[in-house]
Amino acid sequence: MTQTRRIFTFVLRLLALAATVSATIVMVTSHDSTRVLNLTFKAKFSDSPTFMYFVIVEAIVSGYNLIILLLSSKGSLWRIVIILDVVAALLLTSSMSAALAIGQVAKKGNTHAGWLPICGQVSKFCNHVNGALVAGILAAIFYYVLNLFTLYNALNPLFVVKPS
Amino acid sequence: MARENAQKLEDGTELVPVRKPMDWTIVVLRVVAFLATVSATVVMAINKETKSIVVATVGTTPLSVTLTAKFHHTPANVYFVIANGFASFHNLFMMAVHFFGDHTFKDKGLQLVIVAILDMTNVALLSSGDGAATFMAQLGKKGNSHARWNKICDKFEKFCDHAGGAIIASYIGLLLLLVITVLSIVKLLKRN
Repeated sequence: MTQTRRIFTFVLRLLALAATVSATIVMVTSHDSTRVLNLTFKAKFSDSPTFMYFVIVEAIVSGYNLIILLLSSKGSLWRIVIILDVVAALLLTSSMSAALAIGQVAKKGNTHAGWLPICGQVSKFCNHVNGALVAGILAAIFYYVLNLFTLYNALNPLFVVKPS
Repeated sequence: MARENAQKLEDGTELVPVRKPMDWTIVVLRVVAFLATVSATVVMAINKETKSIVVATVGTTPLSVTLTAKFHHTPANVYFVIANGFASFHNLFMMAVHFFGDHTFKDKGLQLVIVAILDMTNVALLSSGDGAATFMAQLGKKGNSHARWNKICDKFEKFCDHAGGAIIASYIGLLLLLVITVLSIVKLLKRN
């Protein structure tokens, strides 16, 4: 029973690591430039502080995940890991939703503020950011499920004798 | 371990319930977090500013355009209000569970797990609302020259100030909720 639990946790962490690493890489490699009537539209992820924040957070969580995966044999740190997992889920959801908000402005624009959508001009950039966001959402979901599973497991050792 | 109801043991002695000091810490933190998230919700929800801007001058009469900035012009702010509303309701619900749930739940373990899971869920929800609103506010304040998006905070100062205040209050609520979550998880782990 404990073995299944440990394997499930390990697989979840591996999936979350894959998602965060792919989100980082896809966002970092997103750039596009088009020339329209002598005007050059260039778009890079570093143009927006939101996407920079997204990349930094995903990179930090990837590194943390990698360290925890490599250290998973040692059992003495598991209490701190649970709390750090909650902080990681917090960071992931905040970066993902911030990037989603800015991406929505880029795609649809905002008529009240006079902001025009840019996805028509730099569609390759928008598709890349889209992919990175999907990976970010998946990473957040995996981390949330991991947290749920960990908290659910924290109680199980108690149910050795069911109270009548 | 403390039991909330006095129990009679076999030899006739009674166990009297003992209130641990940690309980009041969490309750006080929850009250302050509730106040923070409620104020963030309210301040953002009533955020509105109307301004008349002179666009052109025809002869001697100036043509002015009335522009309004409301919070629901941006989906990020709408999500911010919703997330803070959920977090406020969660804090209220948790205070009720703390005061009245001890008699409802026969098994305190289940109550601790539900509290910890709900706390963790609301931390994630609140942080996502905060993140979206913060970066949307940053875009409004600085603009983005690469995308040719002009900043709007120089025209609507009061709107931006109120939004900034709401976001700061929400961050305070988030920090407190994170502390509460850590305390709930520690309580859950100590039960082992």
